[in-house]
Amino acid sequence: MDLTTVTSKRLLFLGLLFLVFILLAFLPLYGSVYTVILVTAIFMYIILTVSWVIFSGPTGYISLAPAAFFGVGIYTSAVLGKVLPLPIVICIGALASFCLALLVGALTLRLRGIYFSIFTFGLVLLIQQLLLWYEVRITHTRGRFVIVVNNTTIYYVMLGILVILLLAAYLIRRSKYGLALQSIGEDEEAAAHIGINVTVLKTIIFAVSAIFTGAAGAIMATRWTYIDPYIAFNPLFSFLPVLMAIFGGMGQFYGPIIGAAIFAYLEEVLLTRFPYYYMLIFGIILVVAILYLPDGLVGLVQKWRKGGSARQHADT
Amino acid sequence: MVVKILDVVIAGLLLGGLYALIAMGLSLQYGVARVLNISHGEFIMLGALITWFLYKAFGVNPLVSLAICGPVTFIIGFLLYRTLFTRLRTSSVSIGAYEGSSMLASFGLLFIIQNVALIVWGSEIKGYTYLAFPVNVGGALFAANRLVALAFAVFIGLVFYLFLVRTRLGKAIRAAAQDAATAGLMGVNINQVLALCFGFGALMAGFAGLLISMCYPVHAAMGLEYTIITIIVVVLGGLGSIPGSFIGGFILGLIGSIVTYLEPGLSLAAYYVIFMLLLLVKPTGILGK
Repeated sequence: MDLTTVTSKRLLFLGLLFLVFILLAFLPLYGSVYTVILVTAIFMYIILTVSWVIFSGPTGYISLAPAAFFGVGIYTSAVLGKVLPLPIVICIGALASFCLALLVGALTLRLRGIYFSIFTFGLVLLIQQLLLWYEVRITHTRGRFVIVVNNTTIYYVMLGILVILLLAAYLIRRSKYGLALQSIGEDEEAAAHIGINVTVLKTIIFAVSAIFTGAAGAIMATRWTYIDPYIAFNPLFSFLPVLMAIFGGMGQFYGPIIGAAIFAYLEEVLLTRFPYYYMLIFGIILVVAILYLPDGLVGLVQKWRKGGSARQHADT
Repeated sequence: MVVKILDVVIAGLLLGGLYALIAMGLSLQYGVARVLNISHGEFIMLGALITWFLYKAFGVNPLVSLAICGPVTFIIGFLLYRTLFTRLRTSSVSIGAYEGSSMLASFGLLFIIQNVALIVWGSEIKGYTYLAFPVNVGGALFAANRLVALAFAVFIGLVFYLFLVRTRLGKAIRAAAQDAATAGLMGVNINQVLALCFGFGALMAGFAGLLISMCYPVHAAMGLEYTIITIIVVVLGGLGSIPGSFIGGFILGLIGSIVTYLEPGLSLAAYYVIFMLLLLVKPTGILGK
């Protein structure tokens, strides 16, 4: 492959990307309300998944904290939504998540493997229980109402967060920090020995990835209108991003995006068609994906393409 | 005041016995078979609902159900390990990767088992009364079923401990816990032993579910709550240490009972705080290596 075909391929790819962006940017003008809401939900899952992958993908630390960051965003929106304008609320939600992640990251530096996973999961449940106790005992209320924002605004905010996230994720992946994260995932001690400040890098990237989860939570809360600690800190939001990333495949940048998009659409279809069997089917897909798709959909496609090209060479 | 303290302590021990039994099951599954089984609570739920169903439909004495619940959960656990987890174990590049993927697979199992139970038994809260007459323990009154549950939990725990220490199979299990690969080289059928461990873990969960159903109301979605408590106990006792889990169960039971006495709404939060502090200060737990 010579240089010109590479550049023309890249131009074609960029053109396609631009086209998709234009189509999505004007969706509320030609799409139905249902489509807008559906695509917003898909965006939300992509944001959760991609921001999870920024940290956990290369390092191999399975974080189960996304529900905590998401919940912090949701509660920020519920508490401040009535007094402050939307953009500031979203920024505060993102910042609060960032600070929480910074704290958690600094605390869990010593934990590796499964201990890190269960610690982060414990965090979600701890915040949920403390909030519940606070609401029942101190404020004597259970749950809150969130100020309503129209669907188009939610859609554009979600799209905006998504675009910034994808840029950030791409830049981090391509930078020297991305490589450093990769080497931490392969051998943390060796990474420390070649001069990477392992603890600082892990903490910062973990915190950066939480920004987007928090922002998504802050805007999503306005669609749900009513929230309580069980809704906001639902452990499912910790497991879903992991599942979607595995389902899509973390080997490529677009893997988690595809995984999340397909999964979010699947959820919608399953929920409307088989409401009673939805979670059952969800569980079966998870088990099958872990068993038979260790590299996700992307891995499957690559295997198939490699198989195809190998056959081509054999023919000639 | 003394009676009050005694009251709290005994309530803690009664709760702790159940926690100890559940935690020993998970300890076996994680310590030997290396599966941090998030669906552990679902086996508890299966034990509880099978017992409830047998009692309501056929009037089977809950203690007789031990002979039914145990084998049922054992076989499910054993088969799951032989098919699903063995495949994952052989295809994983490292033990760390296996721990991660098996944890996620068990999360999938959680949804499958829970939703099958929801479809079969429905979502309403169920209960029955069995041995509910009060018994006077040092001035405090407790229902007889809770004392029976504690006695059985301790009994099952001791029997299992003797099995591990005294029998040939127990020795094989301990060898596999130390180093599965070397144990395999020494002639231990490692796939069989690991599957048995997973099955035994499920069996203990089934027994615990049965004992829980005698004392508390049960429902199809009860599993996750017990799974989380189990994980806390197992970490408290030291991941993989079976005596540690046994002791950890009683410690957490006592803590739970004390916090419930002081501030009922905070008992779960107290568990999580202890759990996270423990992870930060001494992640290997009280009896971990």
